[in-house]
Amino acid sequence: MFLISVSAAHLLRLYERFQFLDKDNRGHLRPEDFEAVLELSENPIGDRIVEAFFKPGQETVDFPSFVRVLAHFRPTEKNRNRDKGQPDPANSRTRKLKFAFRLYDRDRDGKISRAELLQVLREMLGMQVTEEQLQSIAERAIQEADLDKDGAISFDEFRKVGPLELGSAFILLTVRHLNDEVSSLSYWRSG
Amino acid sequence: MDVGSRPPASLPPRLLSSIKAERDVSAMSSGMKMLLLGVTLLLLRAAGADLSGSAAPHPGPVLSSPSAPPLGPPPGAPGVALSRSAVEEEQEAEEHHGGGYRVVQWEWSYVQTPYIIAIWLLVASVAKILFHFSQRFTTVVPESCMLILLGLVLGGIVLIASKKQLYQLDPSLFFLFLLPTIVGDAGYFMPARLFFDNLGSILTYAVVGTLWNAFCTGFSLYAAKLLGVIDERVQAELMDFLLFGALISAVDPVAVLAVFEEVHVNEMLFIIVFGESLVNDAVTVVLYKVYISFVEVGPGNVQTADYFKGVASFLIVSIGGTLVGLVFAVILGFITRFTKKVRIIEPLFVFLMVYLAYLTAELFSLSAILSMTFCGIGANKYVEANISQKSRTTVKYTMKTLASIAETIIFIFLGISAVDKSKWAWDTGLVSCTLVFIFVFRAVGVVGQTWVLNRFRLVPLDKIDQVVMSYGGLRGAVAFALVVLLDGEQVKAKDYFVATTIVVVFFTVMFQGLTIKPLVKWLKVPRSTNRKPTINEEIHERAFDHILTAVEDIAGLQGYHHWRDKWEQFDKNYLSKLLLRKSVYRKSELWEAYQKINIRDAISVIDQGGNVLTSARLSLPSMASRASFPEVTNVTNYLRENGSGVCLDLQVIDNVPGSKVEEDMETHHVLAGNLYKPRKRYQSHYSRHFMPLGEKERQDREVFQRNMRSRMETFKSTRHKRHKKERSLKKVNMLRDPHRWNDPVVVPVEPEEDKADHSDPEKEEDVGITFVARKAETPKQRPKSVPAALDVCQSPPPHTPSPPAADSHLPWKGSVGAPPPCVSVEATKIIPVDLQQAWNQSISSLESISSPPAPAEPVHPRVSALSRLGGPRPLSYTGPTAGGSPSAGPPLPQASFSFPERKKKQQVEEEEEEEEPGASQEMQPLMSPLRLPGSPPPAPPPAPPPGSGRRRNPCVYLRSLVTTPPGGSSEPHSHRPTQL
Repeated sequence: MFLISVSAAHLLRLYERFQFLDKDNRGHLRPEDFEAVLELSENPIGDRIVEAFFKPGQETVDFPSFVRVLAHFRPTEKNRNRDKGQPDPANSRTRKLKFAFRLYDRDRDGKISRAELLQVLREMLGMQVTEEQLQSIAERAIQEADLDKDGAISFDEFRKVGPLELGSAFILLTVRHLNDEVSSLSYWRSG
Repeated sequence: MDVGSRPPASLPPRLLSSIKAERDVSAMSSGMKMLLLGVTLLLLRAAGADLSGSAAPHPGPVLSSPSAPPLGPPPGAPGVALSRSAVEEEQEAEEHHGGGYRVVQWEWSYVQTPYIIAIWLLVASVAKILFHFSQRFTTVVPESCMLILLGLVLGGIVLIASKKQLYQLDPSLFFLFLLPTIVGDAGYFMPARLFFDNLGSILTYAVVGTLWNAFCTGFSLYAAKLLGVIDERVQAELMDFLLFGALISAVDPVAVLAVFEEVHVNEMLFIIVFGESLVNDAVTVVLYKVYISFVEVGPGNVQTADYFKGVASFLIVSIGGTLVGLVFAVILGFITRFTKKVRIIEPLFVFLMVYLAYLTAELFSLSAILSMTFCGIGANKYVEANISQKSRTTVKYTMKTLASIAETIIFIFLGISAVDKSKWAWDTGLVSCTLVFIFVFRAVGVVGQTWVLNRFRLVPLDKIDQVVMSYGGLRGAVAFALVVLLDGEQVKAKDYFVATTIVVVFFTVMFQGLTIKPLVKWLKVPRSTNRKPTINEEIHERAFDHILTAVEDIAGLQGYHHWRDKWEQFDKNYLSKLLLRKSVYRKSELWEAYQKINIRDAISVIDQGGNVLTSARLSLPSMASRASFPEVTNVTNYLRENGSGVCLDLQVIDNVPGSKVEEDMETHHVLAGNLYKPRKRYQSHYSRHFMPLGEKERQDREVFQRNMRSRMETFKSTRHKRHKKERSLKKVNMLRDPHRWNDPVVVPVEPEEDKADHSDPEKEEDVGITFVARKAETPKQRPKSVPAALDVCQSPPPHTPSPPAADSHLPWKGSVGAPPPCVSVEATKIIPVDLQQAWNQSISSLESISSPPAPAEPVHPRVSALSRLGGPRPLSYTGPTAGGSPSAGPPLPQASFSFPERKKKQQVEEEEEEEEPGASQEMQPLMSPLRLPGSPPPAPPPAPPPGSGRRRNPCVYLRSLVTTPPGGSSEPHSHRPTQL
């Protein structure tokens, strides 16, 4: 009960945000609507993130889906009682990483290929390095992670060699202020 | 002998001299003994005077044990008596011979001050050595404990000897010299990201926690006094106790560092505790000053406005200190931008500016620790990027050395100070109450704050963390220095406070420091792992930052990531432009990280003698670093290319483009692989302003590299052959035709290069690659195709800054635009005779063997090894040569580009086959058969290569090389594919 009452306000805030982005009041957002967020244009991989809001093939995202994507980023509760049988909540470690993984894996084949990694690097580093340097970085990254020697990084490999080792994957994919806002998502949807 | 008649201090230094006049042998020996003892005592005494009295600057030479004259002769002090008698004897000796010119003068008072300091440093350092003799011991007992114990012992000795403690940790010495070195080191090497990620928690603990501790301890002690637990003799009012609470409540950075560095708790925990100990300085300073002033005016006269002034003072002290630090950080970054010509004093700027930040803050009585910390944190990024690798190392080691020795001295002096009975007065009630209160309030404070903080923290601090944080609240020298600084007139109970502080410091440092390790083990606190960073982490970390920023932006939140991103934009657009060199500004951090990782790999490879090469690591394509360590990255490259068995496909030989080129290669490799550059016996060049890569150093490195290479020969890994690698490998290998060089005599090895000979057996064991291919050419072709210059110089033809792609296997072409790096340029100038000889011999030997294509002969093992040695040679000898240019402090960057060049060219070959000129097309058939799985087949039987039309035409090929327009020769760094 507590959760609902608290997060209703937060949810409202997100909904206001949604409405702010949805200028024409269509009830859904289109990729163009995200351009209103000026900072995104400066974000080297902003496009990818916007893309992640849209399911493949869909042109629009409605509010529940919008919140569902954001739900990946709310903090993982430590003392969450694990309900058996329930799928992982969106903010579980695995789902967070899966989300990140999908940002790399643009063709959705479950693997980050060399070209895909290179593309991400190119976007992030921009003009700072030469193409050749990018290639050697990508090469090295794949070699580090590539446990089964198929020349690409699968999700399992991504999870093992990549950010999990940082020990702070929680921090890395968590937005502080999404704490309560999204935690009521399940209630909101069911009710 | 009238012992007390003349105190030694009153003696002019001259009187102490002329021991030589001592004739009587027995008198001499006893006199010497006594003299030694006396000198020791003098040392100690003067040191004490120096340390205790250094608030007023000493005029060096004048100072000769100033504490002695007023003391007079302590009756019955044996040590002093001895020293006096020694002096007396000297005097007698002196009087025997009268004045006149003395050959040896005893100028003790002249060197006294620095001498004593040096001796103290020496004692401290030696003590450290001794502690670390026993590995097991040091893992259990923290060094700080041992140092304090040593201090106690030393203090005891001095006390027994002189009946009076002469030294203690002098506050001004501590605050002006010892503390800054530690804080500077800590601030400069503070993991900035971690620090700012946890800044909220750190600030909370530092400000709220310290205030809480101070007030609670103060009031509770006062309550205890009222209740009569604390003795009546302790004349202290509420203000005194609050003052005492303020100075005793702050967690001490020195103690925390000393203890936690040995405990290895996880980074987050460490940064919170340590960050707190640094930041709480502002609170301590303000509280201390405020209370002192309150005590001075008397509690009755304190007005309400004064409390607000106190709060304002806190803000000014903390924020002002931080600002001063940041200003100095900017200045420091800006200065290091322009130190290119004065590399040798680069590190000095770092020390000076960081220290000045501290002093300036002290000057305005702001928080000096905060200032220094933020100066270090702020400047680190820019400074590290600006200064050279050597300067970086210098800064690091000097800072660590200074910090380490300062820490040692602090702890030793803490021990020594404790022995001084006159300074403190014991009250069991006060001591035990303080201990209990400190511990309890620390724990309560930590738990309470954590409870609040955990509602905001993404990574909550669990119970175990809280236990460690409570237990890790160590008090140390700062508290002691502050309590010593108290004015005994104003604070009546100073002596009691001093005693209590000493006990508290000892208890926390020794007892808690001793037990925290088992505690951490027992609680299974997550330790810090010595995990090496991977490039994946670097990539993902950045990507995640971007993701989070984007999400915050989309969700319309202005959170931490939002602001950090804003800061990074600002940094990139303005600060970095201002503070970074142009050359550095363009560099990407990720690229730097990549290079660092590669270097680290290579270093670990070397450290472990190549045993631990998990092939995954090794086979990583390391583009050598642009910055430095050519000799290190080398190894990785080398291993990479030699790490697998070799499969030789005879088809390949068939398609070798030009035999002339091969020959050059061969010649080049063999010579480069076996000739050392001539050794200079002495170094003629000395400069205070540069540190040229000395001739000696270069040669040593060369020898080292050779040895390294030969060692690496023995290491083989077949697991990770990658197509490209194989290709490049084979391409190179097949081009070596050892047969032509089967006369080892050809190679004039300088006699002094013993090491090379030592490594030979190793090489011979490793005859894995045996391949022999016959050239169809006649020896006459050689003179034709090789320019005349080559008769003098064994080097590759000095042509083609930008060779066509097919040429990329030539090692000296790898570094485009660089002069052919190997033997050619330098060595020939120096030993033309040897090379000439070698050349002639090689020609003659060639003539003798190679007329028609003949069946293969078994290759002389040594030769094959040698020829392999000469192999891909990515960088190894380019390093020395590059460094050989007179002004080169850091190795020239182009040295490192041989490999990537090659690799990339291969990629390009794949991608743009149709664009390749004829020369490179010749290479194509060569590559296709090489995409074999990488098991090393036995050395294939050598067969005469069928003479192909192409190979008959080496001159043409060579000419095509020569006439290739030099594409990017002026730009060695950017090898764009289009150049090919």
